[in-house]
Amino acid sequence: MTDTTLAHSDSHDHHPTGLARWLFTTNHKEIGTLYLVFSLVMFLVGGAMALVIRAELFAPGLHLVNPEFFNQMTTMHALVMIFAAVMPAFVGLANWMVPLMIGAPDMALPRMNNWSFWIMPFAFTLLLSTLFMPSGGPASGWTLYPPLSLQGGNSLAFVILAIHLMGISSIMGSINIIATILNMRAPGMTLLRMPMFVWTWLITAFLLIAVMPVLAGAVTMLLTDRFFGTSFFNAAGGGDPVLYQHIFWFFGHPEVYIMILPAFGIVSEIIPTFSRKKLFGYTSMVYATASIAFLSFIVWAHHMFTVGMPLGAALFFMYATMVIAVPTGVKIFNWVSTMWRGSMTFETPMLFALGFVVLFTIGGLSGVMLAIVPADFQYHDTYFVVAHFHYVLVTGAVFAIMASVYYWIPKWTGNMYNETLGKIHFWWSTFWVNVLFFPQHYLGLAGMPRRIPDYAIQFTEFNVISSIGGFAFGLGQLLFVYIVWQCARGGQKATDGVWEGARGLEWTVPSPAPLHTFDTPPDVDHPDYVAHTSGTS
Amino acid sequence: MSEPSVQNSAGVGARFRYVARLSLFAVAMFGFGYLLVPLYDKFCEVTGIGGRTAAGPVTEYLPTEIDESRLVTVHFDANVNSSLPWAFTPAQKMMSVHPGQMYETSYTATNRSDQTVVAQAVPSVAPGQAALYFNKTECFCFTEQLLAPGETREMPVRFFVHPDLPPDTNLVTLSYIVYKNEDATARQIVALNP
Ligand code: HEM
Ligand SMILES: [Cu+2]
Repeated sequence: MTDTTLAHSDSHDHHPTGLARWLFTTNHKEIGTLYLVFSLVMFLVGGAMALVIRAELFAPGLHLVNPEFFNQMTTMHALVMIFAAVMPAFVGLANWMVPLMIGAPDMALPRMNNWSFWIMPFAFTLLLSTLFMPSGGPASGWTLYPPLSLQGGNSLAFVILAIHLMGISSIMGSINIIATILNMRAPGMTLLRMPMFVWTWLITAFLLIAVMPVLAGAVTMLLTDRFFGTSFFNAAGGGDPVLYQHIFWFFGHPEVYIMILPAFGIVSEIIPTFSRKKLFGYTSMVYATASIAFLSFIVWAHHMFTVGMPLGAALFFMYATMVIAVPTGVKIFNWVSTMWRGSMTFETPMLFALGFVVLFTIGGLSGVMLAIVPADFQYHDTYFVVAHFHYVLVTGAVFAIMASVYYWIPKWTGNMYNETLGKIHFWWSTFWVNVLFFPQHYLGLAGMPRRIPDYAIQFTEFNVISSIGGFAFGLGQLLFVYIVWQCARGGQKATDGVWEGARGLEWTVPSPAPLHTFDTPPDVDHPDYVAHTSGTS
Repeated sequence: MSEPSVQNSAGVGARFRYVARLSLFAVAMFGFGYLLVPLYDKFCEVTGIGGRTAAGPVTEYLPTEIDESRLVTVHFDANVNSSLPWAFTPAQKMMSVHPGQMYETSYTATNRSDQTVVAQAVPSVAPGQAALYFNKTECFCFTEQLLAPGETREMPVRFFVHPDLPPDTNLVTLSYIVYKNEDATARQIVALNP
């Protein structure tokens, strides 16, 4: 019985109900749901902050909030969206789907899993509480560059503690995911047969364990510089603020891939299903993912070309960055080839996946532009950068998360979502997100700096367009909340397979997936069980 | 019902081995973050990145010959951190120098407050690569500077530009920022008002 208590300590006979059920759950599906709900709530919180920003920028001049608060909004918006919306959403998806996709009964370490989740609400309560402190929240931008970040109030200590907590949560979550994938696969599920989503998460988990501690180190140095008299980044004491940028981006660039690799995995699951074909180039997808992860460690200085560096270093970071476009291109090529001559249908998950492929590519292209050193000297710290990372993060990561919700929610709830509303949500979001972010490219090229509450009047028109897009896009996400809520409440019953073209272990269990699945390892060689997105070796 | 949770033969022991190894990896990466600090310092020292100059007087590499055929322009720049109540200016804005020859110039500092203040000047040289060839044999930046209320002091800098300075570099800027040394200032104030 010792083994059983480890793998699912809440046994079949007693189920706490109400709040206790969620507080004490060690079930991967319930924890997955907790992560996803938390992420959705924080997505709305972060979105509200974004709308404060866009409202202030609707017209030149200061009219709505004071600059202090504006800066707190840009900082908090980014911290919340990155660490509380996008990352937990991916972790939630991993919790729900990885055991189902590899035929495991649960995560390898269910109790640690409970902790990983429940740390998060504490971390973000701490973070958000700084907004109500006398000195206000952090206002130095999410990168917390010194010396500026050290010149704010004492609330910095709370921000750093919050970052530590959520870092610990991410590391525990990642250890769990790695242990699950490497140790709990059903017999016969070799590494090169795992579905792409599982692969991308395995690599992401290693990235997380490698760089979250580096972020923890960087913010601990900030903490001691601010409160305990050290001088890591204080030039007067022999330190160097540029050092912070190096340490931060050593974390920061892998971090942006942490937010996109699982999205690559999701899209690699969805496109084969709705093309009714096997994923093109499975093995090359695996290697492309691994090489993107490797390269992400040697390109960090492309975020700081303008601090000045020797020509050789600038060239190295420029070319290394551009090389990332190669494996990324391989992926896009493989997705397109998967669709080639497939019998495609366009249900909502597929629409979001296709939106991802097109719009993420736009973000990739502006990324390559930013990698060109002399061009970056002009674009750096302008709205062009803002446009770049919103294409890769909103129409990239967030679109992929939405695609995955539409794709898997019938398995989670046992009900189909409302397809008409889903399609409206997609087209509405896609239209307005471009109205929101595309003009920001022009603003950046024309020289509008990022993170400012006021701007010169020649930037007015594009800002007005962008703000209108922002509010309309935001409104559309309430529709998403409604669709999810409606689907959780009821609707047309989903079949076990849900999608005609879906293959893989997760589609062999009933819909909704019962609390305990694969107590007996499945037969992974059964032809119906072999995922479209797995290798055949 | 067959054995429920353990899929691979390795089982629970293997699971905890993963936890142990991966946690160790995380701890090591935390250490790596801190290791970047000395690595960065060493890297800057060797390459001159960041425009850093030596923290003490240069005694080695004293030049043996003066390159009369070449003139390099040196700009002098002065900045005061906002929390330091000082005026701080270079005596000369620029100078033309022969590589290899020793020169002297000075900066003037005035304490404009009614309190004793201790400050520290931090030099930097631009372009960064020139930092390796810009040598100071005497500089007020090597030590703390204490100014009584209202006191003015002229502070010398002796330097030479090494003849090996790359031929395409003809303009070098020596810049200082003076910062208040909070701890030393506090100590002084305590010492003066026991
Ligand atoms: C072909 C791929 C990519 C290239 C070549 C690239 C290149 C760059 C460069 C050079 C910058 C720095 C711009 C500057 O500050 O002047 C940048 C910023 C950024 N990129 Fe990318 N990028 C790529 C993909 C991505 C992806 C996939 C993500 C996230 C999912 C991402 C997220 C970001 C973010 C968040 C920033 C701004 C960080 C900040 O300063 O706050 N990028 N990118
Ligand atoms: Cu980057």
